[in-house]
Amino acid sequence: MKKRLAKVLALTAATTMAVASLTACGSDAATDATTTDATTDETTDETTDETVDNSADEANTDLSGSISLAGSTSMEKLANALMESFMAKYPDVTVTTEFTGSSAGLESLAAGSVDIGNASRSLSDDEKAGGAVENVVAIDGIAVVTDLENTVTDVTSEDLAKIYTGEITNWSDLGGSDEAIVVIGREAGSGTRGAFEELLDIEDKCNYAQELDSTGAVMAKVAATPGSIGYVSLDVLDGSVAPIALNGVEASEENILAGEYVLSRPFVMATMGEISEQNELVQAWFDYIQSAEGQEVIKKVGLIIPQ
Amino acid sequence: MGQIESIIGNGKAKSVVESIARGIFTVCAVMAIVAVASITLYMFLKGTPAFAKVGVFNILFGTDWKPTASEPAYGILFIILTSIVGTSLAIILGVPIGLLTAVFLTEVSEKHLSAVVQPAVELLAAIPSVIYGLLGAMLLNPLLFKLEKMVFQGSSTHQFTGGANLLSAVIVLAIMILPTVINMSVSAIKAVPVQLRSASLALGATKIQTIFKVTIPAAKSGIITGIVLGIGRALGEAMAINMVAGGSVNMPLPFNSVRFLTTQLVSEMSYSEGLHRQVLFSVGLVLFVFIMAINLIIMRIEKKGEQADE
Repeated sequence: MKKRLAKVLALTAATTMAVASLTACGSDAATDATTTDATTDETTDETTDETVDNSADEANTDLSGSISLAGSTSMEKLANALMESFMAKYPDVTVTTEFTGSSAGLESLAAGSVDIGNASRSLSDDEKAGGAVENVVAIDGIAVVTDLENTVTDVTSEDLAKIYTGEITNWSDLGGSDEAIVVIGREAGSGTRGAFEELLDIEDKCNYAQELDSTGAVMAKVAATPGSIGYVSLDVLDGSVAPIALNGVEASEENILAGEYVLSRPFVMATMGEISEQNELVQAWFDYIQSAEGQEVIKKVGLIIPQ
Repeated sequence: MGQIESIIGNGKAKSVVESIARGIFTVCAVMAIVAVASITLYMFLKGTPAFAKVGVFNILFGTDWKPTASEPAYGILFIILTSIVGTSLAIILGVPIGLLTAVFLTEVSEKHLSAVVQPAVELLAAIPSVIYGLLGAMLLNPLLFKLEKMVFQGSSTHQFTGGANLLSAVIVLAIMILPTVINMSVSAIKAVPVQLRSASLALGATKIQTIFKVTIPAAKSGIITGIVLGIGRALGEAMAINMVAGGSVNMPLPFNSVRFLTTQLVSEMSYSEGLHRQVLFSVGLVLFVFIMAINLIIMRIEKKGEQADE
């Protein structure tokens, strides 16, 4: 009798679990539905807002087709974020992105195999002569930070390169206290590391004491380690670490926009010919980037809006 | 209630219940096998192509890890060595402490003291590894940075790591394997028949002599299982050491910033692509093979233990 009861109980439990999982799916679906509702609401709001100043937008809401992008790996986060939000706004448009590197992306653009070539640098004269137009959609800035105790507040970019390649190993060489420099950076493959090394022209020459796998980890380690130096995206700076000036220029949005700060680079979405000569879809893409929504996405991934 | 009775009362329904229950149990059991088989298959499918492209020798015995350079190099020798050296040092440090704690708990301590130490050990096992990492990064690293500054004062060749080095990782790992070693040793020592101890004591051996000459040798196979389990735990740990080991690819020397097989995967998987990513899968495969070997050793020891018992 007891055994039977146990078996029945086991079965009941199994059934309950099955039902529970079904219910879980059900509630998920419900949540999804709610989210979609919310998004639709927003979109409608935005559209109404935009109709006031830009009537062209309304015609675009029922766009369909596909846009293809290829290029810079550093722009992966930006391109994916824009792609997702764009496709949420225009569900019938498919955006594909490939991350092949800036130069490869521009080659694909020149060959006509993609609509937009992503490049995390300014276009070369050759590329411009080939018909590619440089559309800067965002600017990436990197801040160099030390722990709060550090007395060095300004280094030249040459000295910074020497610190990272291991030629300068003590802060006293830079007019600071006699403290060993703990060189902290990011892991291979990180976009920030790629940009930092590329801009200082020290690619693959860096000699890191610590390679950490996130911006947060770099911030925490620099804050906690006396004599340390690290680099992070400009947008994460808070009071826990001390940003240092490069060549006398402080890391700030204004200085980057003025083009005076060394560790910054443009994120370019290049097109063959002006945007106005592109097809409807590509125009909608750039309109979206210029819209308040698009600019919000750019800020969210930690980039600076070009003026 | 009426429903249940109708099920029990009906012979046909009963057999249906039987077979359904049987089916559910079988499915659950098969899941484990499917999981192991598919993981093994997946690791080999994903891990071998890079070996073919880069060359087995270049990967396993290369010392340069420059996956994103214009001429990439994918040598993981230092990473493999770090995992081996780091794990061995952690075992050398952790096992004596663990074993002696187990002896203390079972043979030496008063009951009320054991009542405090035993739960403490169990709590140690329950602490998530990220907490070990956090404490290591916040307490151990600064401490070792001071030591590092003392040891390498005035050195121009040493790169200062800020205390994030092999030594930190070894200390954290040694603490993390303690519960495994202690618990396995305690049960092994407890399983030693009282007669053995009594005989030894009756022959005039002291308590300490009895522990080291009789009890521990008798509990050997259980203790070794504990050690091997500890090796497995140390080899597979990623989170905690990722936070304290520094993460640069270097020779596994005590004050060098190092990278383990596990942290290699953790730190580079997210942004890697192409061949770089494939090589990371190969690193995973190397780790997988190591862990499998450790587990086979455990099974072998357990089998031997069983045979000895018979």
